[in-house]
Amino acid sequence: MSKVTYASDKGGYQAHVMVKSIAIYVVLILLTLICLIPIWILVVNATRLHNDIIGNVSLIPSTHLFDNIKTLRTNSLYNKFFSPLLGMRNSLIVAGCCCALTVFFSGMTAYGLVVYDFKLKGPAFVFILAVMMVPTQVTAVGFMRMLIQMKLLDSYIPLIVPAIAAPAIVFFMRQYMLSSFPLDIIEAARIDGSNEFRTFLTISIPMMKPAFAVQAIFCFIQKWNDYYNQSIVLVSGKKKQLTMPMMVQKVIAIDRNADYGANYAAIFLSIVPVVLIYVVLSKFIIGGVAAGGVKE
Amino acid sequence: MATAAQRRIKSVSYAKYGYMFILPFFVVYFIFSFWPLIQTFILAFSENGTRTPALIGFDNFKTILAKPAANDFKAMGIHKSFWDGMKNTLIIWFGNFLPQIALSLLLAVWFTDLRVKMPGKGFFKVVMYMPNIITAASVAGLFLALFGDSSYSVINTLRGCAMTKEQLLAAGLDSAPEPWKIITTCWPSRCLVMFIQVWMWFGNTMIMLMSGIQGINESLFEAAEIDGANSTQTFWRITFPLLKTIMVYTLLTSMIGGLQMFDIPYMLHTGNVVNDYIKTVAVFIYEMFHSNFAKPSFGYSAAASVILFVITSILGALVFYVQRDKDAIEKKKKQKQAAKEWKRKQKGGGFSI
Repeated sequence: MSKVTYASDKGGYQAHVMVKSIAIYVVLILLTLICLIPIWILVVNATRLHNDIIGNVSLIPSTHLFDNIKTLRTNSLYNKFFSPLLGMRNSLIVAGCCCALTVFFSGMTAYGLVVYDFKLKGPAFVFILAVMMVPTQVTAVGFMRMLIQMKLLDSYIPLIVPAIAAPAIVFFMRQYMLSSFPLDIIEAARIDGSNEFRTFLTISIPMMKPAFAVQAIFCFIQKWNDYYNQSIVLVSGKKKQLTMPMMVQKVIAIDRNADYGANYAAIFLSIVPVVLIYVVLSKFIIGGVAAGGVKE
Repeated sequence: MATAAQRRIKSVSYAKYGYMFILPFFVVYFIFSFWPLIQTFILAFSENGTRTPALIGFDNFKTILAKPAANDFKAMGIHKSFWDGMKNTLIIWFGNFLPQIALSLLLAVWFTDLRVKMPGKGFFKVVMYMPNIITAASVAGLFLALFGDSSYSVINTLRGCAMTKEQLLAAGLDSAPEPWKIITTCWPSRCLVMFIQVWMWFGNTMIMLMSGIQGINESLFEAAEIDGANSTQTFWRITFPLLKTIMVYTLLTSMIGGLQMFDIPYMLHTGNVVNDYIKTVAVFIYEMFHSNFAKPSFGYSAAASVILFVITSILGALVFYVQRDKDAIEKKKKQKQAAKEWKRKQKGGGFSI
């Protein structure tokens, strides 16, 4: 007969699970701290003055955030390229326009690929799949050359217009439509006399709202953070054109006489919008990442 | 009977709308991405140091790939900085991928474990993904402020490098300790970049792996539990083998991403010079065409881009190979065979008559 009784076995099992849970929690809390402490130090130091920051490290916020922002605006070391409002505005223009164009045209392309049957449908999709993986770095040289030839440097056009063609997002939208878009409804709309574009605008877009929302969030964050393309196009670095990441890059490159309070405040300002968006919409975002990862 | 009407309905073709809907995408793609790609290929065979280069053949590839003559200092420098870039990219990628995948996998398994009840799971996920959405420029600035060479950086302040004379006297020290120069020394700077990359990306990888694990049939885990398997056994016998595809996918996409690593290595410095120990291939390409704007070295930059393109294409093809839908391919094969069989029978039937 077995020596172990059910009761003690169950107790052992539960104790085991208990110990495991505690161990897991310890690790998770540790990781949470690693994720949050750098950001917390940033927030704290953005509210402290230079002399306090270099004196000691603190984890308690102070009250000088607006003094630091004032330094950014008045100190000639900073204000020749940094202006919080201008940077926010420019980044907002670029990211906002890109986001709108990407979502609308990707939805439209995916709609074309799913709803209609035409000869080049297969090849078009294969093409989109193939170019999905071409890195930006590879086309950057040619892009720069083309901008010089077309005299498009230092303009927002080459930052915004290419957003119309986003292969990865078309791919995502197509998958979404294939799995959850009833094609019968288009037939019904046709019978009721709606033309194709109207069907797309007034029936399909509202139905694809969830996919549009997720992609819009991602696209906005990605374009807000994009330093690479912006630094290629805005090559002369005129202050009134600079976006937030470019301004921040210039701030952190200051090697002498930097005002640490102002440095922290600049970095703080650049991440506030994305962090706010993230905190409010984190559920969508994490769901979106998970949905993008499932490829079975 | 009503064939005329039927024929008329059938003849309404919507194909042209299909083309109209996908047209904007293709027009813009060809102008802003495909044409630059072709230009890159042309520039790879063109001269350097001018904005309007002429074709020169394979010289750029020769300089970059083969060892140039020792007395040709300029070519030597470019050759060396390309290979250093490759080396740094590989080291940093490797050093961030291994810990990242291990950590993400562990977390993903924990988060999906049915046995462990975990309140606050959503909160942890949200926090761990957060570093991924923060602007890379800001992350670089933040870590410079934390681990920078200056005695005012957080780590050096903690060590007391920024103490004033009075503080030193009070502490009974003659002089403040030398600040750590993490950013400008070889391995510390590389490790810092690796750490930042892990910090930024482990949450993302974790969520991807989690959705992979959730895709595994739950009854397998239940059966294992009933059979008395412990967590380790469940992981190695069930989760890991079934996750293989998604792991390989993560590996390959991470490699493609790793080859493009640019923001953090490029911006993790003060002043104007990028630290040589963390200069990646992407930084090499960027500096070649961007730093000397009046006389850009388009040729070298483009040649390196073409090499990068070839490598990513191979990796991309592997991704497709791994991701291919085996069942669908099998089905197609069977369908084809069935069609052949049917044709043969038809033919055979024809002969027999």
